[in-house]
Amino acid sequence: MTWWQRLWRRKKMEEQLEKELRFHLDQHASDLIAGGHDPNEATRQARLALGGPEQVKEKCRDARGTRWLEDLVQDARYAVRTLRQQPGFAAIALLTLALGSGATTAMFTVINGVLLKPLAYPQPERLLSLHEQDDATEWPFSYLDFVDCESESRSLAPVAAFRNGGGTVSEPGEPEYVSGRQISSELFSVLGVSLLRGRAFLPEEDRPGASPVVIISYRLWQNRYGGDSGAIGQPLVFNGKSYTIVGIVPSGQQALGDADLFTALGQNTEPIMQNRGMHPGIRVLARLRPGVTIPQAQAELGLIGRQLAERYPESNQGHTITAELLQQQLVGDVRSTLWLLLGAVSVVLLIACVNVASLLLARSISRERELAMRVALGAGRGRLVRQCLTESAVLALSGGVLGVLLAAIGVRPFVTFWPGNLPRAEEIHLDWRVLLFALAASLLSGLLFGLAPALRAPSQELEQSLRAGGRTVVGSSRRLHGSFVMCEIALAVVLLVAAGLLGRTLLRLSSLDPGVDMHNLLTARVAISPGVLASPAATRAAWRDLLSRISSVPGIRSAAITDLIPMDSDENLIGYSTTAATPPANQISLSLLTSVSPDYLKATGIPLRRGRFFDEQDRIGSELVVVIDEMLAQRAFGGRDPVGSQLWVQFLGPAKIIGVVGHVRHWGLDSDDQAKIREQMYFPFAQCPDQFLRLASSAVSLVMRTTVTPLNAVEAARREVRGATRDQALYDVRTMEQIVGGTLARQRFLLLLFGVFSALALLLACIGIYGVLAYLARQRVPEFGVRMALGARSRDVMYLVLRQSLSMILVGVGLGVGGALAAGRLLGRLVSGVRSMEPLTFTAMIFLLVVAALFASFLPARRASRMDPVSALRQE
Amino acid sequence: MTAPKSDLPQGTLDLLILKVIARGPVHGYAIAQRLEQVSRGVVQVPEGSLYPALHRLENRDFLAADWKETETGREAKFYRLTRKGRKQLETEAASWQRLIDAIGLILGMADGGAQ
Repeated sequence: MTWWQRLWRRKKMEEQLEKELRFHLDQHASDLIAGGHDPNEATRQARLALGGPEQVKEKCRDARGTRWLEDLVQDARYAVRTLRQQPGFAAIALLTLALGSGATTAMFTVINGVLLKPLAYPQPERLLSLHEQDDATEWPFSYLDFVDCESESRSLAPVAAFRNGGGTVSEPGEPEYVSGRQISSELFSVLGVSLLRGRAFLPEEDRPGASPVVIISYRLWQNRYGGDSGAIGQPLVFNGKSYTIVGIVPSGQQALGDADLFTALGQNTEPIMQNRGMHPGIRVLARLRPGVTIPQAQAELGLIGRQLAERYPESNQGHTITAELLQQQLVGDVRSTLWLLLGAVSVVLLIACVNVASLLLARSISRERELAMRVALGAGRGRLVRQCLTESAVLALSGGVLGVLLAAIGVRPFVTFWPGNLPRAEEIHLDWRVLLFALAASLLSGLLFGLAPALRAPSQELEQSLRAGGRTVVGSSRRLHGSFVMCEIALAVVLLVAAGLLGRTLLRLSSLDPGVDMHNLLTARVAISPGVLASPAATRAAWRDLLSRISSVPGIRSAAITDLIPMDSDENLIGYSTTAATPPANQISLSLLTSVSPDYLKATGIPLRRGRFFDEQDRIGSELVVVIDEMLAQRAFGGRDPVGSQLWVQFLGPAKIIGVVGHVRHWGLDSDDQAKIREQMYFPFAQCPDQFLRLASSAVSLVMRTTVTPLNAVEAARREVRGATRDQALYDVRTMEQIVGGTLARQRFLLLLFGVFSALALLLACIGIYGVLAYLARQRVPEFGVRMALGARSRDVMYLVLRQSLSMILVGVGLGVGGALAAGRLLGRLVSGVRSMEPLTFTAMIFLLVVAALFASFLPARRASRMDPVSALRQE
Repeated sequence: MTAPKSDLPQGTLDLLILKVIARGPVHGYAIAQRLEQVSRGVVQVPEGSLYPALHRLENRDFLAADWKETETGREAKFYRLTRKGRKQLETEAASWQRLIDAIGLILGMADGGAQ
């Protein structure tokens, strides 16, 4: 029989044991009777010979070897029974634990999916992401640097590059803008992704002049070809050019984003591809060769970077190449936010534990007589501790199960509310790791809140408990209860202050001036008709035409094009210098560069400070002009008036400054102050050099000042943009308010969660204080009775209880302030814009807490003060 | 008055039980009886420890048990030796024999023989 069989047949085995012993006794007795004994005497002697039947049974059970398990089952049953006898207690404890462990489990589910689970590619621990780097910034690759890096690296193979390259698919089917990637031939083998149908690009297809080939996504394949395998080899018209489909990508490729279409990067003949000084958003991925470690690869890349810098000083001076794990790079700064939230949520769980611990303690004290009785009947101390712990474990596990249910329900809304794009969101599921975590967290919390009552319970002097009838509170339990309250208050202070700091930050940042008038401002990306891109003149004409048509749309007062939406996450950095000729490398500073059409200021509401803005006369062929912002004027010219001065601009050459405009908080309301590069510069889109026009055209957005609610103007604008050829599209439509709000989304999201957590903490702490004080006051009833009999008034008694509570609260606050200071420093480091020390916030939040806590103590205090002294004394 | 009864040396109860059961299936009461009879009352098996010992041996698979009717028509639990139990009995008996021989040698040693 295996141990579990024995366990399941426990009842039958008990019966058999009983029967066996009875047979023994009867047989012995009948033998004795046969030997001439009196029947009663015979039975007595048989019993004496065997010994106490219960003791014998106990020893037999011990001999079975499954004793601990049987005890466990018995204890668990007993625990369930006692919990059911006190449904109120059980409900409060379970609810508290379910909330605590539910929130923690939900947080862990997210962390597990986003941070801990390995990427869904083969050998993700050998998959690296590479960047170029100078001392200030991390750069995407320039194409030539990528090519050299790929051919020279011995530690990495394969190496692959990709960049964004969306556009309009016009055949087969309706014209539609699709997001796309230009990829080098090895990308899919770097990722270890095998295509669903067809093949990846061949190395000879990844060259200028090779026959145009395309790989499409599962979605596009379904939508345009109905999932027909005959799609391979079919033509597809993309940006006005016919491509042959060679492969289909399986759905759900996270590292590539939601791209629908892949073209060969090497077939791109734009000039920027052959200019080593330009970094057209090329991202590079690579796999470590077998046997090579990451530090070895990093060392080799550093060497390659330095060699490139020596060979091409004019473009690569000071540049090096770095590598990190792709997983880390994908996850980015989400990491700190998630751990921060898990920390906060654990504090809530801790408070829940403390609450349940104090409930259990109060209960265990009133059960003292029962426990003392058990000791008197022979239960060992260890056995009692085990029983108490089993009870807490039953409570904790049931709370944990409820918590997992809560987490399963709660995790989706959490992911939906996440500001912006939570990387790897599709991988967030409850899995065995989460369940293991929930189990461990439940058992640990069970141990945490069960230990104090368990260790305490049998430690009393046995005789004393039995005699006293468990009525007097011993000092140690009062101290223990007090320390529970202090812990809760301290933990609540930490969360409340953190929430307060976030709230203040959000208020302060929201009141900052973004630099643009975000009211009634609509932004959208535009995909221009691919047909016009072949000739610069046609491209310029197409943009002019588009602008004039958009400006006539009812509801749109003015419109402009720009290659950079203010405060969007894009950037376009360029070197500048105040010298007239090409400056030495060490005199180049960096600035944001935006090319715009003349009505840009009118549309965005950016104020003109000096000089003039662009007009229709600033076009290709006329003198190159730029407009700078206050920041650049301040940095480069100090107090002097920059209007009329010359500025050397990288890739554009010398230009004349014709005006100064206000600064835009491009890097976001929260982080613009801390940004390294804050200078901004504008030049006319009409003066964009021919070789950059195609690149600039692919990045163009419209900014539209509306007279109506911005989103109401969208449909009309969309119709107007589609144009005569019906192959132009408006996409990615957002209002400026959404974009500006988006820069604070992280703070707002954190505030929301911290607000919820701290409200929960406050509530739990108040319940805890209420419970402890009610209990302590009840224990002090006889004392109050004596006091009142000696002349104390009810106000004095109330004062007594409140004073006891206040002293606990104040000690807790004192402890909590230390924790809150640390939490503030942490927030200040992790969340931009948070100031770690705000005395006003500290004071306000602590005041709120003390008031709430005193309110919670008021009810027990009032009850104590209203009792009748005579009946109180009778209790003694 | 009978001779003074000896307490069983540590660990011998199992051996004795195995030996008694080796003669054929037998129930607990009969084991106690036989132990007392065979040892002519010298060995008094504390009945309180007989049953835990039986259960322990059963648990270790040295014994198996069946419920059968006795000659008086009552159901009783009859223990029998398993193959494993027989082996155990042999090794235990052999090692016990060695121990007795060794103790006999030491006790039979001539006084002063160690000189």
